[in-house]
Amino acid sequence: MTLAAEHQPESDTESPTNDNDRITSGSLAGRGMFAIVGASFVIGALSWLPSGSINWARWVIVTLLVYVAGTYAVARIVESPRQATDRLATAIVTSAFALVLLPLISVVWTVVDKGSNRFDWQFYSETMRGVVGEGGGAYHGIVGTLIITGLTTLFAVPFGLFTAIYLVEYGGNGRFARAVTGLVDVMTGIPSIVAGLFAYALFVLIDGPGHRSGLAGAIALTLLMTPVVVRASEEMLRLVPNELREASYALGVPKWKTIAKIVLPTAIAGILTGVVLAIARVIGETAPLLVTAGLAQGTNWNPLDGRMTTLPVYTYQAYKFPTLPPSASIDRAWAAALTLVIIVAVLFTTARILSSILKPQGLK
Amino acid sequence: MNRSARLITPHLINPHQSTQTPTIQNGEAHMTDSLRDTATPTAQSAAVDLNAPVDLPNRIDVTDLNIFYGDFQAVEGVSMTINPRSITALIGPSGCGKSTFLRSLNRMHEVIHGAYVQGSVVINGHDLYGPGVDPVAVRRKIGMVFQRPNPFPTMSIADNVLAGKRLNSRRMSKPDAAELVEKSLRGANLWNEVKDRLDKPGSSLSGGQQQRLCIARAIAVSPDVLLMDEPCSALDPISTLAIEELMLDLKRSYNIVIVTHNMQQAARVSDRTGFFNIKGTGKPGKLIEMDATEKIFSNPGEQETQDYITGRFG
Repeated sequence: MTLAAEHQPESDTESPTNDNDRITSGSLAGRGMFAIVGASFVIGALSWLPSGSINWARWVIVTLLVYVAGTYAVARIVESPRQATDRLATAIVTSAFALVLLPLISVVWTVVDKGSNRFDWQFYSETMRGVVGEGGGAYHGIVGTLIITGLTTLFAVPFGLFTAIYLVEYGGNGRFARAVTGLVDVMTGIPSIVAGLFAYALFVLIDGPGHRSGLAGAIALTLLMTPVVVRASEEMLRLVPNELREASYALGVPKWKTIAKIVLPTAIAGILTGVVLAIARVIGETAPLLVTAGLAQGTNWNPLDGRMTTLPVYTYQAYKFPTLPPSASIDRAWAAALTLVIIVAVLFTTARILSSILKPQGLK
Repeated sequence: MNRSARLITPHLINPHQSTQTPTIQNGEAHMTDSLRDTATPTAQSAAVDLNAPVDLPNRIDVTDLNIFYGDFQAVEGVSMTINPRSITALIGPSGCGKSTFLRSLNRMHEVIHGAYVQGSVVINGHDLYGPGVDPVAVRRKIGMVFQRPNPFPTMSIADNVLAGKRLNSRRMSKPDAAELVEKSLRGANLWNEVKDRLDKPGSSLSGGQQQRLCIARAIAVSPDVLLMDEPCSALDPISTLAIEELMLDLKRSYNIVIVTHNMQQAARVSDRTGFFNIKGTGKPGKLIEMDATEKIFSNPGEQETQDYITGRFG
């Protein structure tokens, strides 16, 4: 091909059947890839035959290795080196995705499987007051989780959102804004137990030693949630095109109103998702709540006074210090874990629906 | 700046072949808007001096304007008079400061951190850069249309038009709002295309329609001056024609300043043209000359202008 020769004169020095000269090649698309994936599975299955029993881990690892290597080798023969590289990259990405997905499926499966033993009305309507053996429930834990997480959200979202607005709309690249960004980063890295101890120490100063309350727990969680909200909202606000702000300014709209009526509504869907992610981050916290909110056997509706149980602490307690018979306690622990997963799932679904409703029409 | 009172016989570089655009005469002999719109341009032009300052409201007098971004001077020593009820075009190579200059006319350039201005921009007796002037109030009087159509994505077509009034917390009754929407959309020549889907999102329109929506949004707050920063550069020729016709329509009531890279466009629509140039990177942009559009495009006073409009630039 003269064209190829003109464009790539150096190709003459390579073999005459240079790939640059070929414009046709075999294809692995569809059936070919299906065969490779199938063969990998079979080879993976064969790998545990010598040991005589099913070894899931080995099956998965061998399958993935054979799939990645086999795809590359076959594609190199049947297709072209370039396509082989493409298929190799695709295979690695897909395998990584599959590997990450495995623990997720495993966790969900285990929690649903073991949690369903006590997935009954009694569990959701009764507390642990006076329960030593079987029976009992986590009603107080659910109430505690909702109150403490709700309070945390109430504190952390305004703090976080206003900080993000300052950083994006007012701070610019100034020294103070950079300092705030740095501090937010540091805050993200605070170990949760440190946040718990801080909140405890704060309430000891106010109320004296031995203070336990839902509010103290919420303050501890606020320390953990605020930086996550700041980060998420900041990203979303930065995504709002500057042109929209300018269009608003050019209409003679003041800055605060531009932020409230143009910038925030445009970014609200993303901010909402970020907030729910931040809630999911703190709803499963155990250590800071053990220190601040403690553990109660009954329902406490008052976050200002007295111990308050949350589901993670309930789970920890039931699993770590089972009563007799232990199986009843352990079943309760799993049921509480399942409840927590369900709460997070409901939150996510709600946020998704709300986001799609609130999302700017043009960006759908 | 060439303030020559004498006009040479104009050549119509690129006469607007428009039959839609009615002859634009506003009743004042010295203010005949454009030679292009008159039946016998040669006869009229001798009597009309487009460069003479017109004594009407909303004239903008810029005196020795220097614009800075921090330490960097973007524009140096610009003085010009922008006459009302006319279209003034600003042309020049990229980075020569014409957009910056345009944005300084309604204090929009201040949105960029560290930007400031020396000199004065006087309109109706008020210096925009005088003490105690609120940039927000200035922008209510001097509207702006941007290069890329930017309707608010969270709002419907009607809400986009009403955005300026609504966000400035003026409560409007429903009939008033509907009337303003229709008036503005008619003004922007968009009413017939969108009257059946006013509640649809503004971003559902085509690029040209979006730009006209932005113009409707800008004129809905009834500004005195309309600044346009390359309003057609993202549009196809048909949408461009629609916007140009709209501009010729709007100049009956507004003072329009347009920045454009398209010299044919400047020749087609503007009454006066200012040419900006820059000596080199890092140097400030300057107004090389400003004159009646006919003269700039036929017999400019400066060699630089001649080089630019004939494509022998740089």
